[in-house]
Amino acid sequence: MAFARDLFTVLALVAGALFFLAGTVGLIRFPDQLTRLHALTKVDNLGLGLVILGLLPQADGWFGAFKLVSVWLLVQFSGAVVTQLIAGALRERGPCA
Amino acid sequence: MSDATLFGLCGAALAGLGLYGLVTHPEPLRKILAFNLLGSGVFLVFGFVSRRAATAGVPGDPVPQAMVITAIVVAFAATALAIALVLRLLEQTGRATLSSDDPASATGEKGNS
Amino acid sequence: MTIATFADAGLVLLVLTIGASTIFARRAFDAVIAFVVYGLLLAIVWVRLSAIDVALTEAAIGGGMTGMLLLGAAARLRAVEFDSFAAALPVRLCAGFLCALAAAGLAGALLLSPKVVLSLAPAVMENLPRTGLGNPVAGVLFAYRALDTLLEKVVLLLALLGVWSLAPNQAWNGIPGLRIYDQPNTTLTFLAQILPPVGIVVGIYMCWVGANEPGGAFQGGTILAAMWLLVIIARLADAPSTGNTWLRIGLVFGPVVFLSVGLAGLVLANAFLAYPPGYAKPLIVAIEVALTISIAAALAMLAAGPPKPVQQQ
Repeated sequence: MAFARDLFTVLALVAGALFFLAGTVGLIRFPDQLTRLHALTKVDNLGLGLVILGLLPQADGWFGAFKLVSVWLLVQFSGAVVTQLIAGALRERGPCA
Repeated sequence: MSDATLFGLCGAALAGLGLYGLVTHPEPLRKILAFNLLGSGVFLVFGFVSRRAATAGVPGDPVPQAMVITAIVVAFAATALAIALVLRLLEQTGRATLSSDDPASATGEKGNS
Repeated sequence: MTIATFADAGLVLLVLTIGASTIFARRAFDAVIAFVVYGLLLAIVWVRLSAIDVALTEAAIGGGMTGMLLLGAAARLRAVEFDSFAAALPVRLCAGFLCALAAAGLAGALLLSPKVVLSLAPAVMENLPRTGLGNPVAGVLFAYRALDTLLEKVVLLLALLGVWSLAPNQAWNGIPGLRIYDQPNTTLTFLAQILPPVGIVVGIYMCWVGANEPGGAFQGGTILAAMWLLVIIARLADAPSTGNTWLRIGLVFGPVVFLSVGLAGLVLANAFLAYPPGYAKPLIVAIEVALTISIAAALAMLAAGPPKPVQQQ
């Protein structure tokens, strides 16, 4: 049982890390700022979600699991809002160097 | 404790980096950044000292940790005051430099700051 | 050589690279962004060093509040920025060599440190049950070295006085010049309506739980300060004028409570800042609550800056 739990954790963490890698490659290689924002949003939602999903079996009790999930929700929320703010500023003032 | 030694050496390297930045950057804002880097390197050395005293019941000596917490807060207060000074200097003189040379003519020439 | 050592080595490499990019970046804005990332990575390093309270403080104050200050300053200084590294190459090489020497000296002192470790940790843990606290760092901060914590709070207030005194004469008692959005922005308003309730609960929880687990007044106060700043920046509340009576009462509330408990200790327990036996934990919790309010007010006002003359209304 513990082995299955650890295997699930490792698989989910590796999948999340792959999403982080893809998002970082997108951040570096995409041509302009709006597309880079899009890459980062994918990382925020799916990558972090997979990492948190993988860490949930290792959490201590319901309160620990609740804290992990709330971390994910807070990062998603603030990431989404900040992405909107940056995109709005880009639309108003155009890309700065 | 080899993991604590690794972080302690990292702190020493960061302190050296911060000192270099503090000395060579002519702009006050970069100096403030380098000063914060220097401070955080020294705090890591304190973290090394704290971890070294770890035993079975205590994961780290709490006295250096409390000193580092105090130091982080005081460093923030000093940074806030320094930035307020730099911004006031900008308002008063229109430039953010402590050198008396004209920055437009300082290309490649060492100022006497 | 375990997996943990590889992870630590990778983390150290990352921290050194980001620290170097803070120093060697071309533009100040890039350096400040690198510095914020550096602060967050340092928080992970502190967790690896088993100093969770320090990690919380570093992430909140070192990464968050300092980053906010520096970003604002970098934005204002962007117009007058000139090329960094105006110093000539021989000067830089000499400075680099001497700084490497200093770092090597520090590293040597670390590696050659005495094998017998002198530390106060056993004494701390032995006397901790008498204070009623479960967190040894809180014990050091509020029981063994309470004088340091009191003076640190006074230093915060002195720095705030210094920042306020940089205002022009006619702006004294004015409103801090914190840059807020010119027009109401619906996205930011949404954030400032949803996040502060969560942030306030988290801040109060962190202060409360600091007696027994990692946390404490400084970390909780920083989160409360950040929520207040967010509400001000989103124009959901006005920045208080620096002459506001309630603001000034809130700022001195913490040190006054701390000082009065200390002076009462002179009478009740025969030493300044000593606690009467059995009353240590309630007194410490009361001090932490008062301190959290004052720290939130002081940190927010430090980030807001000096008062500005009333031109923009």
